[in-house]
Amino acid sequence: MIEDYWTFIVIAVAGFLATDIWRWLGVVAGNRLNEESEALYWVRAVATALVMAVTAKLIVFPNGMLADTPLWLRLGAAGIGFAVFLVTGRKVAVGVAMPMGLLIAGLWWIGV
Amino acid sequence: MSRVSGSALSWFFTGMRGMISLPALILMTSIVGFSAFALESGLTRAEAVFMSFAIWALPAQVILVGTMASGANIAACFLAVTLSSIRMTPMVASVIPEIRTRRTPTWALLILSHFIAITSWVFAITTLRNVPREYRAIYFAGFGVTLTTCGTLVVATFYGIASSFPPVVAGVLFFLTPVYFNASIWASARQPVVKLAFVMGVVLGPLLALVTPEFDVLYAGIGGGTIAYLIDRIRRKKKRCGAGGMR
Repeated sequence: MIEDYWTFIVIAVAGFLATDIWRWLGVVAGNRLNEESEALYWVRAVATALVMAVTAKLIVFPNGMLADTPLWLRLGAAGIGFAVFLVTGRKVAVGVAMPMGLLIAGLWWIGV
Repeated sequence: MSRVSGSALSWFFTGMRGMISLPALILMTSIVGFSAFALESGLTRAEAVFMSFAIWALPAQVILVGTMASGANIAACFLAVTLSSIRMTPMVASVIPEIRTRRTPTWALLILSHFIAITSWVFAITTLRNVPREYRAIYFAGFGVTLTTCGTLVVATFYGIASSFPPVVAGVLFFLTPVYFNASIWASARQPVVKLAFVMGVVLGPLLALVTPEFDVLYAGIGGGTIAYLIDRIRRKKKRCGAGGMR
């Protein structure tokens, strides 16, 4: 009986609980923070650096097919694309389309 | 009363409409990738669906599937997942002061927090400021609950189909996620401290991954975030002194 549900129990304990305790702690901590408090500046900085660390790792150490592409291509597409985004008035559509276009062009050029 | 609840409902729908947007679409394509991974790793459709709704954090899901497939016991799985999810605390804590009013009950925030993951966090920091404060929680619920439900439906639908995608398409789609976060987080940064932290995270994340692959994101977040905060604090102090000198 319990064997049938064991995977669900693992997901509930080692997945749901393991993740949501940190979310609940975030609610408790966030409830004590004032919107213009000095502590919120720091929390914002930590949250942003965390998310960007995850994001940059997706470009430098990707999974699947991208893992077999050269690093310079991924860095170049993301970096040049981001530079274009910065100088053309920071439109998110440009910031997405430019790197994607560069990546696709680069993949085609190296013959993937 | 009915007018108030009427506009609350309309803000819920406004939040729901956030589903028809580039970030939601990008997330759905990443979830298609996850359902292929779940199938290859031996999860049943029901297990993959339950996991998507119950965890709602792609990195944690990928780690759990990986540790489960390697035959690790439940304690080892818990440890691996919980380390990757520590980042939820500052993410949630940074948006709660913007979402709540003085009357928002804590239980409602505890439930809402489940729907905060990277995509909805970016949605929150970019759009909440345009919503009247008393409707922010209901507005965020409209988006968050819809996004999680749709993501879970995507797992249910694409489980088994996704692995037939050509790898080049999957690879190019994978690139959408980081590129979108780069542009949207930078574009939404109002305070210099956020831009400093952005640069710190981008530089430190991959560097620390080479040094401490287990704790890289945590160190990059806490270390990089703290450095960014300190630089910004000095900058603000100098500005204040400068302004004082001008007077």
